[in-house]
Amino acid sequence: MAEGNTSSKWRFNPGALAAIPASVFLFIGFAGPLAMVVGYSFMPAKTFSLLQIPTLENYVSVVTDSYYLSFFWSLLLASISVFLLFIICYPMAYGMAKLFGKWANLITALIVLPLLISENIRLFGWVLILLKNGILDGTLKYLFDITASGLLFTVPAIVLGIVYVYLPFMLFPLVIGISMVPESLKEAASDLGASRWQIFKEVEIPLSMPGIMIGGILTFILALGSLAESKILGGQAVIMIADDIESSFTFAQNWPKGSVLSVMLIALSGIIVFILFRKIDLDQIIGRR
Amino acid sequence: MNEKRKRQLTKNLIALWSIFVIGFLYVPMIAVVLASFSKQRYFQFPISSWTLRWYEKASTSLSIRDLLWTSVSVALLVTLFSIILAFFGSLAFARYEWKGRKLYQRLILLPIFFPQAVLGLALLLWFSSIGIIPSWQTAVFAHMVWIVPIVTLIMSIQVYSFDPALEEAAFDLGATRLQVLREITLPILSPGIVSGGLFAFLLSWGNFPLSMFTTGADQTVPEWLYSKMVSGYTPMVPTLGSFTMGSAASVLIIIYLSWMVFRHKSFKLNQSSANKEE
Repeated sequence: MAEGNTSSKWRFNPGALAAIPASVFLFIGFAGPLAMVVGYSFMPAKTFSLLQIPTLENYVSVVTDSYYLSFFWSLLLASISVFLLFIICYPMAYGMAKLFGKWANLITALIVLPLLISENIRLFGWVLILLKNGILDGTLKYLFDITASGLLFTVPAIVLGIVYVYLPFMLFPLVIGISMVPESLKEAASDLGASRWQIFKEVEIPLSMPGIMIGGILTFILALGSLAESKILGGQAVIMIADDIESSFTFAQNWPKGSVLSVMLIALSGIIVFILFRKIDLDQIIGRR
Repeated sequence: MNEKRKRQLTKNLIALWSIFVIGFLYVPMIAVVLASFSKQRYFQFPISSWTLRWYEKASTSLSIRDLLWTSVSVALLVTLFSIILAFFGSLAFARYEWKGRKLYQRLILLPIFFPQAVLGLALLLWFSSIGIIPSWQTAVFAHMVWIVPIVTLIMSIQVYSFDPALEEAAFDLGATRLQVLREITLPILSPGIVSGGLFAFLLSWGNFPLSMFTTGADQTVPEWLYSKMVSGYTPMVPTLGSFTMGSAASVLIIIYLSWMVFRHKSFKLNQSSANKEE
């Protein structure tokens, strides 16, 4: 009886107990810093303390200055990248979910491995490829006597970098999404006389939508906040929003301005994630219960 | 028949495309390795003469030794702490039904979706306003903010496949909470713990955006590489880059092999004890 009591006491709410360590840590390490950024965004420009009279001047100056340009570039490049990623990843994800069988595990491993290598090393590899006298230019010169020297430090190079770095984050959600489509439904549709295109449009796309949504929104947000791609591959071709945030905090030493830009980026991403999370059930996707 | 052939063609095309995409992922890394063996001070392709000189130089450099030491220390501590936090975190995520679980699942994953550069800057702000001078120790904390959620997610996948009836059976047989944890929960979840730890180590080892703002005067390898990249070409960048890739691959292989050996052994042990009982 005593045994039973202690164990039922333990079982009272072990989930909430187990949630405490990580929650407390993220409260200090994530919620705290975010609250501070929000706080600084209301402080007078170029100040380094939170103990001043709150003001909206930073928000006003960000809206009236040319910062909308870097927001525009970030949104544009992120949209283009997500579109390309979807086109590139969908056939491959379909293969991994439905066609490749046991090969899918090997492919998964091959896609995960580069994630464990620092992204600036991998982007540097693209610098070596696109550089004047680099691998692409050098090979073309050597073989066909054509030059391809102006490739680095351009907008397409940034898009290439974003697509390259975030490819797995589109691919894996798509694989999960597509594998959630039951084969029997497709067969049923086919038996009822649907064409392959109809099956694709009416059955596969709608049923794999959770995966498509996660992949699309995840890569969009990551691309929106990307910094290394535009710095390493883009040179000064365009300034993206993360560049502006970084230089406000570092060179300009204007914490409040950097905070305002951060708050706007966070709000934008946050709204998108919020909409996403309302529509999907994580248990179903991760655990497939 | 025609339909079947069409299907086969689609399959082959998709397979070809997938191989192409994988090639796309690996080409830049191969480029870095190639460049590290090039003798010239400025990279030119085709490579005319090859050398191991840059590796020799790197291996004797004291400043590079410092960088490696900093990176390894950060990654090891991040791994240790992340495993502990994520172990309990994943139990709350996937094992137990409790009131706030749905909300918790969403909140705990938020840092993964967050732009890392902005997170790094926010943490820098946070550290300096509570009076902590950034150093490699603060970078450990910063990496964990991003890595704990990822490890929690990886471990949760293992926890989902874990049958709670096993724990309950042990309780019914009179095991204490600690015994259940040691004899049932930990062994069953160990694959998730190993892969989670591996991810923690390698993601921390390769992290740049968080380190950039939170290491203060200390420097990790990816930071050093970045600072050299933007200030012009030096052969040390591909050399140290190749070295970090090689060491990440070695860690992966060593852990994988020892895991296989360990599993093989414990399998044998279980079998022999089962035989004895018979």
